Amino acid sequence: MKRSVLPTIAHRLAILCYIAFALFPLFWLLKVSVTPNDLLYSEGVRLWPTRTTFEHYAFVLRHSAFPTFFKNSLIVSASTAIAVTICASLSGYALSRFSFRAKYWIVALMLLTQMFPLVMLVAPIFKILSPLGLTNSLTGLIVVYTAFNVPFATFLMQSFFDGIPKDLEEAAMIDGATKFTAFRQIILPLTLPGIAATLGFVFTAAWSELLFALMLINGNDAATFPVGLLTFVSKFSVDFGQMMAAGILALIPAALFFLLIQRYLVQGLTAGAVKG
Amino acid sequence: MPPADTFDMRRDRRPWLRRLADASEPYLYSAPSLILIIGVMLVPLVVGVSYAFRDIQLLNPFSGGFVGLEHFRELSRDTAFYGALRNTLWWTGASVFLQFIFGLILALLLDKPFWGRGLVQALVFLPWAVPSFLAGLNWAWLFNPVIGPLPHWFFGLGLISEPGNLLSDPQYAMWGPIIANVWWGIPFFAITLLAALQAIPRDLYEAASIDGANWFQRFLSITLPFLAPTIAITILLRTVWISNFADLIVVMTGGGPADRTQIVASYIFTQAFRALDFGYASAIALVLLVLLLAYSMLIILLRQTLLNKD
Repeated sequence: MKRSVLPTIAHRLAILCYIAFALFPLFWLLKVSVTPNDLLYSEGVRLWPTRTTFEHYAFVLRHSAFPTFFKNSLIVSASTAIAVTICASLSGYALSRFSFRAKYWIVALMLLTQMFPLVMLVAPIFKILSPLGLTNSLTGLIVVYTAFNVPFATFLMQSFFDGIPKDLEEAAMIDGATKFTAFRQIILPLTLPGIAATLGFVFTAAWSELLFALMLINGNDAATFPVGLLTFVSKFSVDFGQMMAAGILALIPAALFFLLIQRYLVQGLTAGAVKG
Repeated sequence: MPPADTFDMRRDRRPWLRRLADASEPYLYSAPSLILIIGVMLVPLVVGVSYAFRDIQLLNPFSGGFVGLEHFRELSRDTAFYGALRNTLWWTGASVFLQFIFGLILALLLDKPFWGRGLVQALVFLPWAVPSFLAGLNWAWLFNPVIGPLPHWFFGLGLISEPGNLLSDPQYAMWGPIIANVWWGIPFFAITLLAALQAIPRDLYEAASIDGANWFQRFLSITLPFLAPTIAITILLRTVWISNFADLIVVMTGGGPADRTQIVASYIFTQAFRALDFGYASAIALVLLVLLLAYSMLIILLRQTLLNKD
C-alpha cells in the first residue's frame, strides 16, 4: 500500500506546481487590478491586498479610449472569424470531397503560406493597402487577418468534413438534391461543432494579433486592443492598476472562447500542427 | 433572334455546360479562399522579394530605384544583424528545449486518468489562450521591481544582488522573453504529446510490467519510441514558428537593452516600423526566409531517412 501512495503524492504535487506556474501571472494581473492606488507600493509583494477596489475598472470603462479599442477588436475579430469560417468551409469541403487536378497545388500553396515568416509581408502589405485607403481602417485589418487564417482553418474544416460519411450526401443526391444543397442542408449542420471550433480559433487569433495592427493602424479611432494597450503602456506607464484592469478585460473574450473550443484543442492542433 | 431559337440552342449545349459546371465545382468552392491567399499573401510575398533589390523608404518620395545587391552588401557588414542572428539561435533553442521538456512532463502527468483531470487540463492549458501581447505585458510587469514580485523573490533567494529589473540587465535580459515564451508554449507541446501518448496501446505496458520492467524501462522502450515521430515533427516545426515569433520581444523589451534581445524577426519589424526602410527590411526578411527554407529542407530529408528506416 505504502509503495503506491508515494508516487501518487509526487504526481499530485507536480500537477500543483504546473497549475501554480500557469495561473500565477494571471492571478497577479487580477491582484494588481483590484489593489487601491495607495496600497500599490506599500503592499507590493503581498499576495492579496488588505482592501480591494474596482475603481480601476470603472476608470478604464468610463474615462479612457478602451471601450473604443474593445469595440474595434470585437468588430475585427468577429468579422474575421465569420469570413474565415465561410471561406474555409467551402474550400475545406472542396479538399475533402472532390479530387481535381489543382488540388495538389492548392494544398502546397496553403502549406507554403504556413512556412514563411509573416513579418516579411509587413512592408509590402502596407504599400499595397495604403493607396486603396485600407490602412488605418478596420476593413483593411479584417481582409488581412482573413487571408492569414484561411489556410489553417481550411485544414481544420477539412479534417471535420473527412469525419462525416460520404453516403449521406450521395443519398440526398439520389433523391434529386444538387451537391450544393446537400452540402448546405446535410453536411454543414453535422459539422456545427467543427464550425464552432474554427470560429473560436480564428477569433482568438485575430484578437491577439499585434504586429500588423501596429503597422497598419495609427491613431486611436481604429486601434485594436493590443495596439491600444501598448500605446497606453508606453504613454502612461505609471497607472499599473488601470493597465492591468484593461489587461483582464482583454483576457475575458479570449478565455471565453478557450472554454468553448477546449474540447477541440487536440483535433485542431493536430490539423494545424504546422501553425500552432 | 426569336426566343424559341435560343431555347433550342441552350438545350443543345446543356450536356457540355453541365460537364463544365461539374468540373468547375471544386474550383468554385475554393475560389474565395484562393483569391484571398493569392491577393493578400502570395502577391505581397513576390512584391516583398522584389523590394529586397530596390530602395524603398516610406518617407522618401525619391526612393524606389533598383539597387541590385546593395542591401545584401550592407547586410553583410551589419553587426546588429549578426547579433540578431545569434540571439535568434539562443531564443529559439532555449525556448523550444524548455517548452518541450516541460510539455513532455506535463503530458506524462496527464496521461493516466485521475480525479479532476478535466479541470486540471483546462487550468494548465489556459496560458495558451492568453493573447501573446498580453502574455508579454503580464511577464514584463512581473519582472518589474515596482509592481512585480519576481525581483524580490530572486533577491530573497540570493540569485541577484539587488531587486532590479531583469529586462534591463543586458546580460540576462533574454531570459525574460524566454520565460514568458515557455509559460505560453508549454500547453502546445503538452496537448500534442498527450494526443500521441493516448494512442499508445495500453496492453504493451501491462505486458512489460508482467515481465518485470520498471517505470523508467517502460518509458525508454515503449513510450519514447512511440512518441519519437511526433516529437521530431513537432520540435522541428515549432522551431521555425518560434524563430519567427517576435510579439513577446517587441512587447517586453523592444529588442533592448542595447540590442541584446533583438532577434531577426523583431529586427525586420523594427526596420519596417521605426526606420520605415522597407527595402532593407525586405532584404533581411529574404535572408531569414532562405535560412528557414534550408532548415525545412533538412526537416524533410530527416523525415525521409527516418521513414525509410522503418
